[in-house]
Amino acid sequence: MLAQSNGLTLDALRDKAKVIRRHVVEMITAAKSGHPGGSLSAADILTALYFGGVLRHDPANPLDPNRDRFILSKGHAVPVLYATLAEAGYIPVDQLTTLRQLGSTLQGHPSKADLPIMEASTGSLGQGLSVGVGMALAAKMDMADYRVYVMIGDGEAEEGQIWEAAMYAGAAKVDQLVAILDYNKCQLDGTIEEILNWEPVAEKWAAFGWHIIEINGHDMAEILRALEEARQITGKPVCIIAHTVKGEGVSFMACNNEWHGKAPTADECAKALAELA
Amino acid sequence: MQLGKATREAYGEALAALGAEMPELVVLDADLSKSTMSKKFADKFPERFFNIGIAEANMVGIAAGLASAGKVPFASSFASFLICKGFDQMRMSVAYQGENVKFCGTHAGISIGEDGVSQQGIEDIALACALNGFVVIAPADETEMRAAVRAAALHQGPVYLRAGRPKAPIIYPDGKSEFVIGKADMLRDGRDLTIIANGLLVGPALEAAEQLAGEGIAVRVLNMATIKPLDTDAVVAAAKETGAILVAEEHINHGGLGSAVAMAVTAHAPAPMAFVNIGDRYAESGTGEALMEKYGLTTADVANAAKQLLARK
Repeated sequence: MLAQSNGLTLDALRDKAKVIRRHVVEMITAAKSGHPGGSLSAADILTALYFGGVLRHDPANPLDPNRDRFILSKGHAVPVLYATLAEAGYIPVDQLTTLRQLGSTLQGHPSKADLPIMEASTGSLGQGLSVGVGMALAAKMDMADYRVYVMIGDGEAEEGQIWEAAMYAGAAKVDQLVAILDYNKCQLDGTIEEILNWEPVAEKWAAFGWHIIEINGHDMAEILRALEEARQITGKPVCIIAHTVKGEGVSFMACNNEWHGKAPTADECAKALAELA
Repeated sequence: MQLGKATREAYGEALAALGAEMPELVVLDADLSKSTMSKKFADKFPERFFNIGIAEANMVGIAAGLASAGKVPFASSFASFLICKGFDQMRMSVAYQGENVKFCGTHAGISIGEDGVSQQGIEDIALACALNGFVVIAPADETEMRAAVRAAALHQGPVYLRAGRPKAPIIYPDGKSEFVIGKADMLRDGRDLTIIANGLLVGPALEAAEQLAGEGIAVRVLNMATIKPLDTDAVVAAAKETGAILVAEEHINHGGLGSAVAMAVTAHAPAPMAFVNIGDRYAESGTGEALMEKYGLTTADVANAAKQLLARK
């Protein structure tokens, strides 16, 4: 029977997030392409999900029908997911640097066909929440108690399909569904505020019938509290608005949109790893 | 020819019948269930029916999520909306993931009539065939649609079914025991040329063959309900044995049955070909019959094209 594991301590979680960030930097450096900014902004949340005793999952039985599902709808941040899954025992750590290489299962964006533990193939933005809604509906029909977590980018929410799914999930009271917004304030061409301001974001999701929790997405204790609160909510979907920093953890990448989709050089990699030591 | 029910009506009936024996079957619609006839399932199994609202992209994604959790979803809307608005979702969340989702695009072609171009799904086969791993089926009549829905439900992998709005000529008056995906049906044999058709053009193909028989021309008629995977053997045999192939379909000129058959013929058994279809254009409002006539999809159009093709043989 699949059970929730005990989470690591807060200190251990912070250390784990650092290890995951190191993997992210090394992977993208080795691949010579990829998206460090949005991977680093999501690292603490993924650490909390997989190592904080939140997700019910089992690397020995990765496709257990009762597992909690995590969908990375902002698929370009997949290095952080691969790194987290490697630390959790799903992928050999030494495979991480095959990211984006010919023949690797670690595709540039999540591919369920290549790596079945990817719950959804994403990368064309806007699509993951709908798939998560379908999974949560199936759970309800089967009277299964697994939960579905979908991470959405802030820029990604400019896609209309996000709001179609948000409207449906709210109206149909799809619970067992948690959307986590990685609100790192930037998209490819500039800041969210410059390109297409989505504020007031909390009010928007609340108006669609979602329970809103707003947190600092880099404060491990806050993340865990939010995910625990989300588990207690029934009768409506939950939206966790996580305020994050794009490139968090590496000083020269933080808040610098140049690092949305650029690989570090060997020197930059060494500098980043030194900061993450 | 005697008219039977519309293929969309058979779609709804088949779902309602299958629902009892397949508990994992679920049905989704985008606020057109009274038109697509998926309501027939909804009335019987409300707890397994999801009306997603007018949001086709979301519907396709939700269907993929349901399939990934073991359900067998059928999602329907008008062909034009389902495939044009849900295409990227069909590509990413269904085809690329290999999810076991079935789609039915109804009101396909120009025979839908008065609603006009926005509602006329005339490029759906081309788009569906462009999706990796999709089976693409355009049944000819109510009997064939019922059998095709069952075959789609039992097939492991994505399927696109095409249904029409108007009553369809009865092609299988004695029933059809089974629909075999990827297998053409020879409805009539002949040695002078072959007409390959599907959907609402099967009736005109048979009528044209009958007319031509009166002029001493023996026509083979293949109902090619499955466009993908194509029954290449039947096409190659037709090319070799009859020496000329006419393809008739209610679809634009590009990417439909005609394109698929032409690839098979040119690769394996080159022979003169001709095509009866909508061409590269949008139609307009009008009755379904008037549109089929104006845009060249009648029995007379098929018969004339066949005679011109024979002259090139």
